[in-house]
Amino acid sequence: MTPVGAAMVIGGGIAGMQASLDLADQGFKVYLVEQNSAIGGKMAQLDKTFPTNDCAMCTISPKLVEVGRHPNIQVMTNTEVADIQGQVGDFTVYLDHQPRYVDPSKCVSCGDCTKVCPVVIPDRFNEGLAPRRAIYKLYPQAVPNAYAIEKRGIAPCRDACPAGQRAQGYIALIREGRWQDALRVIKMDNPFPGICGRICNHRCETACNRGLVDEPINIRALKRFVTDKVYASPRQPVEAAPRRYEQSVAVIGAGPCGLTAAQDLTLAGYKVTVFEAMPVAGGMLRLGVPEYRLPTEIIEREVQDIIDLGVDLRLNHRINNLDEVFQQGYNAVLIAVGAHEGIRLPIPGADLEGVLVNTHFLRDVRLGVYQKDEKVSSSIPHPSSLGKRVLVLGGGNVAIDCARTAVRLGLETVSLACLENGEQMPAHPWEVEAAEAEGVHLYPGRAFERILDDGNGHVGGVECTQVASFSFDERGRLHVEKVPNSNHVIACDTVIFSVGQRAGLAFIPGDANVGLTDRQTIAINSNTLATSRAGVFAAGDCISGTAFVIESVDRGHIAAQSITRYLRGEPLEPPPRPELPVVHLSQPEIAGRLARGEIHRQRRIPMPELPVAQRRDNFAEVEGGYDESSAQAEASRCLACGICSECMSCVFACGAKAIEHDRIALAETVHVGAVILAPGYQLYHAELSEEFGYGRYPNVITALQFERLLSASGPTMGHIQRPSDGQKPRRIAFLQCVGSRDQSHDYCSAVCCMYATKEAVIAKEHDPELDIHVFMMDMRAFSKGYWGYFERARGRYGVQYHRCRVSALREDPETHEIIVRYSDGGEGASSLAQVKFDLVVLSVGMEISPEVRELGRRIGIELDDYGFCRTGDQAWCRDTSLGHLHTSRRGIYAVGPFREPKDIPESVVEASGAAAAAAADIHAARFTLTTAREYPPERDVRGEPPRIGVFVCHCGSNIAGFLDVAMVTQYAAALPGVAHAEANLYTCSQDSIRHITEVIKERGLNRVVVASCTPLTHAPLFQDSLRAAGLNPYLFEMANIRNQCSWVHSHEWDTATAKSKDLVRMAVARAALLQPQYTIQLPVERAALVVGGGAAGMAASLSLAEQGFQVHLVEKEAELGGNLRWIYTAPPAVNGGSPPETPQQVLQRMEAQVQAHEKISLHLNSRVVANSGFMGNFTSVIQEPSGRRREIAHGVTILAIGAQEYRGPEYGYGSDSRILTQMELEALLSQRTCESANQRIGESAISDPPSSIGNRQSSINNLQSVVMIQCVGPAEKFCSRICCTVALKNALALKECNPDVEVTILYRDIRTYGFKERLYTEARRRGVLFVRYDDEYKPEVRVLDNKHPGYSNKSAMAKPWSDRPGGVDVIEPSTANGPQLTVNVRDAVLGRMLELKPDLVVLSMPAVPNRGTHELSALFKVPTDADGFFLEAHVKLRPVDFATDGVFMAGMAHYPKLLEESVIQAQAAAARAARVLSRETLTAGGRVAVVDETRCTGCLTCVRICPFQVPKIQANLTGVGNILGAAYIEAAVCQGCGQCVAECPARAIQLLHYTDAQMMAKVRALVMPEVVFLPMAEIAIRE
Amino acid sequence: MGDSSLQIIAYCCEHCAYAAADLAGGLRMQYPPEIKVVQLPCTGKLDVLMVLQALEDGDDGILVAG
Repeated sequence: MTPVGAAMVIGGGIAGMQASLDLADQGFKVYLVEQNSAIGGKMAQLDKTFPTNDCAMCTISPKLVEVGRHPNIQVMTNTEVADIQGQVGDFTVYLDHQPRYVDPSKCVSCGDCTKVCPVVIPDRFNEGLAPRRAIYKLYPQAVPNAYAIEKRGIAPCRDACPAGQRAQGYIALIREGRWQDALRVIKMDNPFPGICGRICNHRCETACNRGLVDEPINIRALKRFVTDKVYASPRQPVEAAPRRYEQSVAVIGAGPCGLTAAQDLTLAGYKVTVFEAMPVAGGMLRLGVPEYRLPTEIIEREVQDIIDLGVDLRLNHRINNLDEVFQQGYNAVLIAVGAHEGIRLPIPGADLEGVLVNTHFLRDVRLGVYQKDEKVSSSIPHPSSLGKRVLVLGGGNVAIDCARTAVRLGLETVSLACLENGEQMPAHPWEVEAAEAEGVHLYPGRAFERILDDGNGHVGGVECTQVASFSFDERGRLHVEKVPNSNHVIACDTVIFSVGQRAGLAFIPGDANVGLTDRQTIAINSNTLATSRAGVFAAGDCISGTAFVIESVDRGHIAAQSITRYLRGEPLEPPPRPELPVVHLSQPEIAGRLARGEIHRQRRIPMPELPVAQRRDNFAEVEGGYDESSAQAEASRCLACGICSECMSCVFACGAKAIEHDRIALAETVHVGAVILAPGYQLYHAELSEEFGYGRYPNVITALQFERLLSASGPTMGHIQRPSDGQKPRRIAFLQCVGSRDQSHDYCSAVCCMYATKEAVIAKEHDPELDIHVFMMDMRAFSKGYWGYFERARGRYGVQYHRCRVSALREDPETHEIIVRYSDGGEGASSLAQVKFDLVVLSVGMEISPEVRELGRRIGIELDDYGFCRTGDQAWCRDTSLGHLHTSRRGIYAVGPFREPKDIPESVVEASGAAAAAAADIHAARFTLTTAREYPPERDVRGEPPRIGVFVCHCGSNIAGFLDVAMVTQYAAALPGVAHAEANLYTCSQDSIRHITEVIKERGLNRVVVASCTPLTHAPLFQDSLRAAGLNPYLFEMANIRNQCSWVHSHEWDTATAKSKDLVRMAVARAALLQPQYTIQLPVERAALVVGGGAAGMAASLSLAEQGFQVHLVEKEAELGGNLRWIYTAPPAVNGGSPPETPQQVLQRMEAQVQAHEKISLHLNSRVVANSGFMGNFTSVIQEPSGRRREIAHGVTILAIGAQEYRGPEYGYGSDSRILTQMELEALLSQRTCESANQRIGESAISDPPSSIGNRQSSINNLQSVVMIQCVGPAEKFCSRICCTVALKNALALKECNPDVEVTILYRDIRTYGFKERLYTEARRRGVLFVRYDDEYKPEVRVLDNKHPGYSNKSAMAKPWSDRPGGVDVIEPSTANGPQLTVNVRDAVLGRMLELKPDLVVLSMPAVPNRGTHELSALFKVPTDADGFFLEAHVKLRPVDFATDGVFMAGMAHYPKLLEESVIQAQAAAARAARVLSRETLTAGGRVAVVDETRCTGCLTCVRICPFQVPKIQANLTGVGNILGAAYIEAAVCQGCGQCVAECPARAIQLLHYTDAQMMAKVRALVMPEVVFLPMAEIAIRE
Repeated sequence: MGDSSLQIIAYCCEHCAYAAADLAGGLRMQYPPEIKVVQLPCTGKLDVLMVLQALEDGDDGILVAG
C-alpha cells in the first residue's frame, strides 16, 4: 500500500518549523499544528542566543517567513490535536481548530484593531511584564502575519444579564475614557442605558467575579455614568433606518419590551407602528417608576432615540380589537401591553373611597394628578386629597416606590404593612433601608383582614393580624398562619394596595384565536414568544407578570428575532448557537493574580446620594452619579474575565473586514503518513518555590522575563529596569537550578547555565557597570563553544560565579531590594555572606506542560513520570538502528525538549532527524500531495520603454494617518516613466493583489513599484501578482514608507510626506532599470557520498538508503564501526525505559544492515582523494585498496569522520600501566564476568572472551581504590561533553563489579546534562566520591618508588599518539606490585589538600578531532573551528550544514557526542541531504553574481572573499588579455550576497538585480532628483 | 527636525540592519528623517563606488549597518 505523502508536525517552535521545512522541501505535504496564534515558540521570545550572541529574532525570522510562505506547509494555528487513529503510513488525525476570530487571509496586520480594543491583559509573550489587548499579534514578526482575538469565554456579568449586556466591554471603554464607545456597546443590547443605569436590578453585580476578591464592580453606576456623560452634550440626531422590506409590524404597547422590539424590527428594515393607550411612551418606566428614581427626561430621550429610527408611535391609541390590526395591513403583531392593572385584595372595604392601587397611584403622580400648580411641571404635587396618613399594603419594590412617593407628596405619616417579616420582604434591602431613612414606618408580618370605614364611606384604617408564618402551595395559593388574638388596627386616610399587577387584555375577545392561560395571561411558546394565532406574538410583563426592565428588553429582542423569522418564512424556533463557556474564576486563580500583583484589593467606590433631609419634599433624583475619576477608578477594578468582551470596537476599526466574532471551533480530519511531535516545554512555575518569593517580591523575576527586558522589542525597549520602580539595577543575582536538580526534578534542564551566562553577558554589554553574580552548583557548559563562552563571561565581562545553592530570598520591604545569604566559599567554608541585590533572576528549568501530557495520553504514547516522551524504547525501534526518536507508537516521532531537556541546536538536529525517519516511512509517496503554482508565460519587456505602475498604500491609518498619501500618489504619477499611480486602502489585501494584476494587464505596465511596508515580508506577495500578469518577478521594487516614514516620523506630517516622495522617487528610478532575471533548472545527481564508516556514517547511510537514495559509504579502515568498536557498555537507562543495548550489539546490527542494504555501496579501505562540483552535481574520486581510482557522481556529501580519544602525557599517562584512559578502563571492564553487572547493563557482547579473562577479573575485583581525573589536557580549554557521563558510567560499572572499591572522581564541574543527571545521583548514592578541584590547583599524579621517589606527571614520559585506543592488552594493573600511585589534590570545597593512594588512575581524556579532519576539510573546502572540529553554517539553526551548499556533517567530527546523539545527528544530515536528492532538478540563477570573464585577471580575490567558496578559477575560460583561466561563479550555489562584486578590483563581476547602474540610479535619485527626470530612453541606453 | 537639505544614506543589510530598521518602525522609534535606508543583499556588497559617488553627488553622510 502506498503511504500518504503528507506528514503532520505538532508544535510550531523552532524544532517543529525545522521538521516541517525538511519534510516539505523533500516533497511531502506538511501540516504544522500550533496551539498559539503564531508559530515561533520559545525561541521567538529570546533576545540573544548563546554562544554566538546572535539576535534570536534575526535568526528565526527568515525561517518563520520561509515556513509561512512554503507552498507545501499548511500552518494551522489555534489548533489542537484531538486524536490520532490509524498506523504508520496512514494516520487519520482529528483536529480542533479553535476560532481565531480574525480571518488571516483578510487581515493585513495594520494594527488598527489593537488601537481601539479596550481590554488590557498581561502579555504572555512578554511574560506578563507588559500589557496587551484582547486582539493582538503574538509578536511583531509573527507568522501568520495576522491578528487574533483571545476569548476565554463569557464574562459572568454578561451571562447573568437577561439582555446579555457586554458589561466588561463598556467598563473597559469607560476606563479608557471613551464614553461614546461605551454607550454604543451598551446600546448594542439595550436601548435603555440611562434607565437601566438607574433602576436595573443588576444581576451582573451579583455574578461579578470581582466579588471573590473584594466587592463586585458597581456596574449599574458605571452604566449610568456613561449616559450622564453623553447625555450632557447635545443630542446627536439619530438617522432613520432604511426600510428594506414591504412588510409591517404592529406593536401594542410602548413599554420597554414593545419599544425594544420596535427598534430591532425597524433596524432590520421593517415598518413598525407602536400603539400606546397612554398619552406618553415608556410604559411602566414612565408611569410606574417614581421620578426620584428615574427622571422623565431620561426616558423621553431614550424613547426618542428609538422613535427617530423611523418608528411610527401612536399615543392615546388603545387597541380594542386584534382583528382590526390585521385588517389595517400589518403582517405581524406583538402584544406587549405590560401589567398595568393593580390588584386589590378581596377583603372587606377594598372598594372604599381612599383605597388606591399601586399602578394607578404611581401613574397619577407621574401624570401630575396631585400637582399643586399645573404650570409647574415637576415641583411639589398637591397632597390634600390623600389625607395625612397613607398606608401601603405590600412588601415589594413597587410598594416601597409607593411609600417613598407618598413621602415626597408631603404626607405626614407614611406607613407600609406587609405579609413578610423584614428579611423576607421581596423588596431590595437597600430600598427598604432608604424608605425607612426617609421616614416610612414599617409594619412587617401582617395579614390584612379588612379595611375600616371612617363612617363616611372613606378609609379610616386597616385591621391586621400578626402573621406567625405563611407559605404557598403547589398552585401558588397562599396559606397564612396567624397569631391568635393579634387583631389590631392601623389608622390611615389612604390605603394603597401594592400586592401585584396584571395585564389588561380586554381587547382580546374569546374568538381572537389567541389562547389564554388559566392565569389570564396569553399562552405563548416560550422559545418563540408566538401565540396560538399565526403572526401574533406576545412578550413582556403581560406574559410574565411584573419583571425588571432588563428582562423586558431581552423579551423584546427575542420577539423581534422571532417576528423577523416569521416574516421571512423561516422556522420560528431560534437556530441553536454554540455558546462560549462562562468564566468563573477559581479562588486559586484569584490568589495567583493577587500574588503576581496583577490585581490589588480595592473596594468598590460608592455612589453619592442625596442626603435624606433634602429628599422629603421633592422628586429630585436620590442617587447621584460618578464623576469621571471615580468612574474610571471603579472601571479599573474589572478583572476582564472573558478577555475579549465582544464590544465590537475592532469590527468598527477594521477596514479590511477581517474580524469574525461569530466563528466557532471547527473539527477537521487530516490524513498523514507520519507524525512528528515537537510540543516543546514549559518553564517551571517559579511561584511554587515559595522560598524565592517570586510573585511576592517584584524584583524577583524569571530568566525569560529578564530575556524580555533585554530585548530591544521588549517591554522596556531593551533597558534593564527593576519591576518595582523602573530604576536601573546596579547589582543582579542569578539563581541556578530553580526547578531543576531538586527534590521534585531529578534532571538537569541543560540550558540554564548557559542562558544565565548569556543574559549576564548581554546585561554587561548593556551596562558595563553592572555587578552580576551567578549562584550555581556546576557550570554545565558542555557543548560546542560553551566553555569558551563561560570563560569570557568570567574573564572579560567579570561575571562572578559562586558555587552554592541559595536556600531562600528575603526582601527589604522599603527598598524592595532582595537579600541573598550565601556561603562565600572562602577559607573556613562556614563564612556566610549577605548581599543585597536590586534584581534577582531565577534560572527556571524545563517541564512538560499538563496540556502536552494530556496530548500524549490522547494519542496513546508513553510518557515518563515527568511527562517527557519515552523514545527508542520499543524492540522495533532498535531493529531499525535509527529508532532513537521513535515514540512508543510506530510512525509517531518526538523531538526537542519533549524527549529530554535540551537547547536549540540539538532540538533542530532532532527535528531534522525525525524528518528523515518520517521520510523513510512515506518516501514512496513523495510529491503526491504537493502543489506548485502555475503562472502564465512571461511577457518579454526588453526594449520597451519603462511603463511603471506605482501603488501607494494607506495601510489603514498606519501610513495615511501620518502622511499625505494622496500627495505622494500624485507626485509618483508625475515621475518620468510612471504610467499609472494609485492609492489603495490595503495594497496587500487579496482583492488589491488581484487588482494589481488586472492593472498591469490593462495598462500594459512593465515595472511595478509598491510604496507600502517592508519588502522582507511583502515583496513575494506582490511579485506573485506580477507573475500572474505575465511579468517577470524581478521587475518589482518597493518603497518602505510605513516602517521608514509614517511610523518613525509620526509627529512630522510634512517631513514624512516629503521623505515618502523621496523613497518613491528612488524606487521608481531603480525600477526603470530593472531587468528580468531568469532561473534555470540543473539536474541533480541523486546519490550521496558518506565519508566515514563509524556510527554516524553508518546511520547517515542507512537513513538515506531507507529514504530511497543511493549511497556511497567510504571507510578508510577495513571494517566499519569507528570508535564504536571500542565502546562496550552503554550508560544505564536514565529515562526509566528498558535497559539499553550494548554498543557492540548496536555495532553488529548496523554493520549487518549496511552491508545488506542494496542501496548502499560500501567502499572499505578506501579514501576520497579528489572532490569537485557543486550541490546536486559533485564528483569525487575514491582510491580503493587496490590503488584503483574510481570516480563517483553524487549530489550531496556527508562528512562523518569521527574523532578520537586524546592520548597525551598529562598526569603521567604512558609512564605507568596503572594510569589509563576511560576507554582503556572500559575495555578492561568489559572483559570481566560480573553476573550482576550483566543483568543490569545487558548481556555482554564479548562472545569470545580472551584467555586472560580470569586474571583481569580478579584484578578488577581486587581493586580497592580508583581515582578518575576529569578535564584532561585539551579538555581544560574546551568541554568534551561526554567525559562526565563516561566516567560515571564506568564508576558505576566498577561499583557494580566490586561494591567495596573506592572510586573518587576529581572534577571541575560534573556536566551530566538532561537525564544524565540521574547517573550522577546514582553514583553518589552508590558511594562514588566526588572531589572538586579548581583550575589553579590541578591534581598531581606521582608514582612513588622507594628507590626513585617522586616522579610526577611533569617528568612522566609521553606515550606517542596512537591512532586508536588499542593498548588494552598490555595493561595488567596489579594492586600488589609496583610503586605506590599517589594523587594529590586540593579539595576546592574544603579548601584542603588531599592525598589519595589509588590502585588505578583513570584519565577522562577528551575526544579530539581525527588527524584526517584537516585533510578532508581541505579536500572538501569546508572549515574547521579553533579546536579542529568541523564548523557548521550556523551554530543554532544550521547545526549539520556546512556553509557550502550540499555538504553536511554528522557525529564526533562536529563535536564529541554520545552514541545516540551521533546517530540522531546523522539522521539529521540525511534529512538535509534528502532535500537535495529528492528533487530532480535544482533552480539556479536569479539574484546571482556573474563574471564578465573578458575583464577577469584571475587574481583570486573573489575566490578568497566568498564565504561560501563558490567562485573558482576555471582553466577553460579566457580572461582579460587572453590569459588562461578566469573566475567562474556557479549560479546554482551562488548565494547572491555580492561580496565578490564589491571586492573585485577589475570590476569584472556584477550582481544581477543589484547592478551598479541600478544601485546608483537609486542613490542619485535621492541626492540629485533632477537625474531622475532625464529621459528614460537615455537611462535605458546607459544601462 | 534638522536641516531638511541634509541627506544621509543608510546602507543596510537585508538580513539584519534592514530588518532592525523595520522593527524600529514597528516600535515607533522616532529618528531623523534625513536618514534614507537603502537595502543591500549584504553589507559586503557595499562598493566603495557607491559611497564615493553618493558623496560626490551631494550626499552628506553614509551609515553602513549590517
